[in-house]
Amino acid sequence: MDTELMLKVYPFFLEAAWVTIQLSVLTAVLGLICGALGTAARLSRLAVMRFVGAAYVSVFRGTPALIQLFILYFGGPQIGIQLDAFEAGVIGLGINAGAYMTETMRGAIISIDKGQREAARTLGLSRWQAMYKVILPQAARLMVRPLGVNLNMLIKSTALVAAIAVVELTYTAQRYIGSTYKPFEMFLLAGILYMIIITVVGKGVSWLDRKVQIT
Amino acid sequence: MTDQTAFVDIRHAQKSYGALEVLKDISLTVEQGQIVAIIGPSGSGKSTLLRAINDLDALTGGEIWLDGVQVNKSLPHRQYEKHINEMRQQIGMVFQHFNLFPHLTVRENVTMAPTLLKGLSKDAAEQLAREQLDHVGMLDRIDYYPSQLSGGQKQRVAIARALAMKPKLMLFDEATSALDPELVDEVNQVMKKLAEDQMTMIIVTHEMDFAAAVCDRVLFMDQGVVVEEGPPEVVFRNPTQQRTKEFLRKHLAGAK
Ligand SMILES: Nc1ncnc2c1ncn2[C@@H]1O[C@H](COP(=O)(O)OP(=O)(O)OP(=O)(O)O)[C@@H](O)[C@H]1O
Ligand SMILES: [Mg+2]
Repeated sequence: MDTELMLKVYPFFLEAAWVTIQLSVLTAVLGLICGALGTAARLSRLAVMRFVGAAYVSVFRGTPALIQLFILYFGGPQIGIQLDAFEAGVIGLGINAGAYMTETMRGAIISIDKGQREAARTLGLSRWQAMYKVILPQAARLMVRPLGVNLNMLIKSTALVAAIAVVELTYTAQRYIGSTYKPFEMFLLAGILYMIIITVVGKGVSWLDRKVQIT
Repeated sequence: MTDQTAFVDIRHAQKSYGALEVLKDISLTVEQGQIVAIIGPSGSGKSTLLRAINDLDALTGGEIWLDGVQVNKSLPHRQYEKHINEMRQQIGMVFQHFNLFPHLTVRENVTMAPTLLKGLSKDAAEQLAREQLDHVGMLDRIDYYPSQLSGGQKQRVAIARALAMKPKLMLFDEATSALDPELVDEVNQVMKKLAEDQMTMIIVTHEMDFAAAVCDRVLFMDQGVVVEEGPPEVVFRNPTQQRTKEFLRKHLAGAK
């Protein structure tokens, strides 16, 4: 193993890791927004909204994220959507992650005992008040761990945008293989950096999970 | 519409789940300050009737009136939501499994609804919480979380939470059924205190002794109908209906 080479190129990989982090953060934010909207739709009083929510989830979980990215980035211009690769990556992966997060959030909400909602409504709280004062504060605590799993998957899925030439970790590794002919070292280096990012995020999730638990 | 109605007036209440008729034309009136017990075998529709009073389970037929206002009146969705939320503020309900909010302290459990719905100031809310918790003997636990309380304590807090909305009517659905036997009495004591305060109450219970001691009237339900109704000394000592006799024989025997 050529450790000297690894040490030489690693600053460039750090830069690429920074792009991966930015991509992950933006994707996570968009995913959470889509997840919240998807959850609201799936739990709506209106059948149309429930249908829209269910369709969103099954379409984006039922097709490969890579195909979704390709449709957006390569197919987009054909229907008037012009995005650079980074934007397409964030939007494509964010909407995809939102579908998984919808299921996570909805699962947490419907797992709250229905007596909680009944007690709230009995006191005179509206549907919305019961949701944000009683159900959500409890469901949010249950969401931390499974959303952490979603986040883990999401970070790894950012590797897909190498396929549309976003200069993040995976793409950078591929590019250096082109000039160094050392795939083992280059992919190993990328893997280590992914692992560091994921470990730090995982620790953060565990910390948050402990912090929000009810005494 | 505004003709003479009893304080609580249930008129021809009817409820079906598909083909299953759970309440069959039940009428019941309760005067202000009266306490009515509902007894009957499992599945007879006691909870359904109680939950229809605050529209937690909507009736499929009939009317519920409270203090001259129809609870389940037909209104467009938005208006009905507003109306029912106002009605529910006047109807306290206590559940078998307490349903305290586990993420809130005892204080917050009591003050959340009055603060949110009546715009109480922080000081007024604090005073209200202390007052209500003192009434149920739980003032010393004001900073606890529900998970740190015994079942009897939880139920007393749940009662304080309901009372904090200053309801006109209190509904109890087997408030002591989930409690260990030695914890039943502390909750019964609180309910007796409410009776002394002239609170109007409808109590679904399996405790015949308690019903006999505090209630003005007892209703025996079976299979969605009121089989027998009257003062406790009559229903418990001299029931006229065969079904009531059988239920009481089994139940009183089972209790001893
Ligand atoms: N959501 C529902 N869907 C279908 N049937 C229901 C539903 N809720 C209640 N029932 C049925 O209605 C009947 C009356 O139920 P209810 O809970 O009112 O009885 P209960 O007298 O309170 O019994 P218990 O003493 O066991 O609490 C039962 O046969 C029950 O199975
Ligand atoms: Mg019941």
